[in-house]
Amino acid sequence: MPDDAVLSVRGLEVAFPGGGQAVRGVDFDVHAGEVLGIVGESGSGKSVTALAITGLLDPSARVRGSIRLGGLEVTAADRETLRRMRGRDVGTIFQDPTTTLNPVLPIGRQVIEGQVAHGLVAAGAASAKAAALLQEVDIPDPVARAGQYPHQFSGGMRQRVVIAMAMAGQKRLIIADEPTTALDVTVQAQVLAVLAERRRQTGAAVILITHDLGVVAEVADRVAVMYAGRIVESGPVEAIFHRPRHPYTAGLLRSLPRLDTVAARLLPIEGQPPEAARLPTGCTFRPRCAIGRDQTLCATTDPALREDGQASAAACHFPLTGLLPPLPRPDAGAATTKGEDLLVVEDLRVHFAIRSRLLRRTIGWVRAVDGVNLTIRAGETLGLVGESGCGKTTTGRAIMGLLAVRSGCVRFGGEDITNMRRAELRRIRRQMQYVFQDPFASLNPIRTAGEIVAEPLRIHGLYEEIGGAAYVAGLFERVGLSPDMMRRMPRQFSGGQKQRIGIARALALQPKLLILDEPVAALDVSIQAQIVNLLQDLQQQLGLAYLFIAHDLSVVRHICDRVAVMYLGRIVEQSNRDVLYENPVHPYTQSLLSAVPLPDPDLRDRTRRIVLRGEIPSPARLPSGCTFHPRCFRADAICAAEVPEFTCYPGLPTLCACHHAGPTRPEPA
Amino acid sequence: MRLALKHPGAALGIAFLAVVLLASFVAPLILPLDPLAQDFTATLDPPSAAHWFGTDELGRDILARVIAGARTSLTTAAGAVLIAGCIGVPIGLVAGFFGGWRDAVLMRLVDVLLALPGILFAMALIAVIGRSQMAALVAVGITGIPGFARITRAQVLALRRLDFVLAVEAMGGSASYSMFRTVLPNAWSPILVQVVILTSVAILLEAALAFLGVGIPPPAPSWGDMLRTGKQYLYEAPTYAVLPGLVLTLTILSLDTIGRTLARVLEDRQGAHLATLDEPA
Repeated sequence: MPDDAVLSVRGLEVAFPGGGQAVRGVDFDVHAGEVLGIVGESGSGKSVTALAITGLLDPSARVRGSIRLGGLEVTAADRETLRRMRGRDVGTIFQDPTTTLNPVLPIGRQVIEGQVAHGLVAAGAASAKAAALLQEVDIPDPVARAGQYPHQFSGGMRQRVVIAMAMAGQKRLIIADEPTTALDVTVQAQVLAVLAERRRQTGAAVILITHDLGVVAEVADRVAVMYAGRIVESGPVEAIFHRPRHPYTAGLLRSLPRLDTVAARLLPIEGQPPEAARLPTGCTFRPRCAIGRDQTLCATTDPALREDGQASAAACHFPLTGLLPPLPRPDAGAATTKGEDLLVVEDLRVHFAIRSRLLRRTIGWVRAVDGVNLTIRAGETLGLVGESGCGKTTTGRAIMGLLAVRSGCVRFGGEDITNMRRAELRRIRRQMQYVFQDPFASLNPIRTAGEIVAEPLRIHGLYEEIGGAAYVAGLFERVGLSPDMMRRMPRQFSGGQKQRIGIARALALQPKLLILDEPVAALDVSIQAQIVNLLQDLQQQLGLAYLFIAHDLSVVRHICDRVAVMYLGRIVEQSNRDVLYENPVHPYTQSLLSAVPLPDPDLRDRTRRIVLRGEIPSPARLPSGCTFHPRCFRADAICAAEVPEFTCYPGLPTLCACHHAGPTRPEPA
Repeated sequence: MRLALKHPGAALGIAFLAVVLLASFVAPLILPLDPLAQDFTATLDPPSAAHWFGTDELGRDILARVIAGARTSLTTAAGAVLIAGCIGVPIGLVAGFFGGWRDAVLMRLVDVLLALPGILFAMALIAVIGRSQMAALVAVGITGIPGFARITRAQVLALRRLDFVLAVEAMGGSASYSMFRTVLPNAWSPILVQVVILTSVAILLEAALAFLGVGIPPPAPSWGDMLRTGKQYLYEAPTYAVLPGLVLTLTILSLDTIGRTLARVLEDRQGAHLATLDEPA
């Protein structure tokens, strides 16, 4: 049925001078009213494909093949035609709504700007039409909001504005490039709902580009999996998730930690994705493929994308058959053996002063952390989860002594280390180390990897004593890096390798506790699984305790023994892992868990999703009483008046701060 | 070599400076050039085979004096940059790293220095301590402090927020370790550019002081002093003022071109480095 396709791409190739082939022969169609999910890791060519469709590639890029949008051949069109096409036929939603919107133009004008410029809306009717567009994406009070500027909108609202902009008019094709990657999970749920609703109304075709398999399973009708510039598998969403044919697709699904169950171990795909400039011969996936690694056919011939007769296609000489093995059942109540208390945090408060511009007087406080209680026992992992801005990173840094504590107490190994001076903390810091979220920013760019890992030893004057270069080489091996790499500079490593260096550095002093601040958030799925497994191995071998700070509830479920959920500077619920995931009692935990898209298309309509109202308020203006009450579906008068106590929930090993704590759907009495 | 081809202006500048340096420090050892030898039979001569740049009102060889003047100019500039850097960089480092009251006090002091017009300040200082090369050097050096302090501070402010500086603190590194071993080595590139730029400013300022008659005392040769005397004989011997002026102009031009190119090259490199920091997941 290629005749009714909105977009038809054939043999698309894109090459950049000096950068190799980013896209190497891509074919696909998108039909009206359908969502095509394009999945791939960074560097797979998915964003370049999107840019090629809109004709927005850098002029130095060499494009070959055919892109037909309606009756228009995009690769041959002149600039004016392309401009008209982008205005009338194609809408684009980019990843970061903060940089997509012009900060100096009112929202209302930006939303309608394109329509007015293309003469689709008369200038006189523009402001009314703008308000109507904002209304369609659920922006409250659209008439007043249209006069405001992007900085007055929250992140989720900005992305909804971008959706309104992209879908204004009768666009035939919407390209959404990682539309929810920059958003929190509860906000992602809102935005995906708006996107789906607008698609139903307009009947546009949608290309959804993402690395998040959960989002794809949730939203897409058909899926194309990209690897090293080619589509390696495509098919209906159920087929891709239940009967993957290509080992890469199957590997991605297996390497994903799941929210709804716990596997003992993730099965990562080994190695790194190839760079466009240095592709292996034959099948590009062969070096990482368990099936094809030793096959001569795979080493010599790059397999073509072959249909399997069921609307699916895979580019593999030895495609898998059959279903993906079922997930293991969660084994509730696997109690881990507990050591003694290593870190105790009591009523920790970290407030940042807001000062007046002129006299620098304190005029208010940002209550980033406002009464946090945590205990970590030796050898266990405590997960600290929450959305961005909830204070989880601040908590970690305050425990580490990198920030001043306003009140409360941090005890490590029985010793009070609250607000210790930098020199006194030295001793403690041998026992407690920090791994940063961003492996790109946390390594000194002008030192070699070996020097970076040895740095804590040199600082503490232990380098010679502990074994010098041989010891550092041992650390490299321990985290899965070759000691040959010690002389390389940080920029010569990939993201996952950099994070390994960061972990090796944290291990150098043989600490008892690692504070891991989103250690896998910046990594691709297959690499993420490698690092998670490494962390688990290290914990077993070395008896480490982890404070695992993360926003990704699936990863936390996989790695943690106990989990604390944080909202606006406070812990709202804390329990053993499986109890918390199976029987959450705080309404925030419940909505958080329900908002995570699961990588299984069958579970799309599993339960009523709890979509929270609004977004996290600013910690400078905390709501009264229970800070969650403005967004809570159970809130009543008492919630606005009284702060709930953080106490035991009867019948479960759970601590919870809620006036109306209880199971998600109360059983009939 | 590839860099030289990509930036021909800077390559020419470096070549010219190399010639000036070579001439001023090596030539006097092998050539019979005496900047002080007077010859009253040949005053204000035009350029000739014996005197390539001609002679001045006392019959001294102008080329010899330009070469000797280069030595004075360059050593004064180098000393001044050294003073400015040794004082300015630590000020900026401490102010930017610690912030708070240290920042306020140090940067207000720097602002005071910045508020004084450089040449007036230098003249006042020379009036107090007398004319000498050392006086010119110190005066020019002090006026260069604010530039170094501000550039270092800006760089340190940007760096100290980065995770790898925080990482050093988390490892238990002391403040001075963070400052000197982690922040400063990452901050050197704009400081290096400032060194080149300040060298050119210092040469110009030294020449200006000499031109105003408060620089290095005669008979020691100096570019500024030659311009001052030469301008009185502009009709009789135009080359007397023009040739030293030309050398001065070319020197400044060379340094500025080098500085600009250096800034661009380092910026590109830093841009590439920052790009790796921003690489998407």
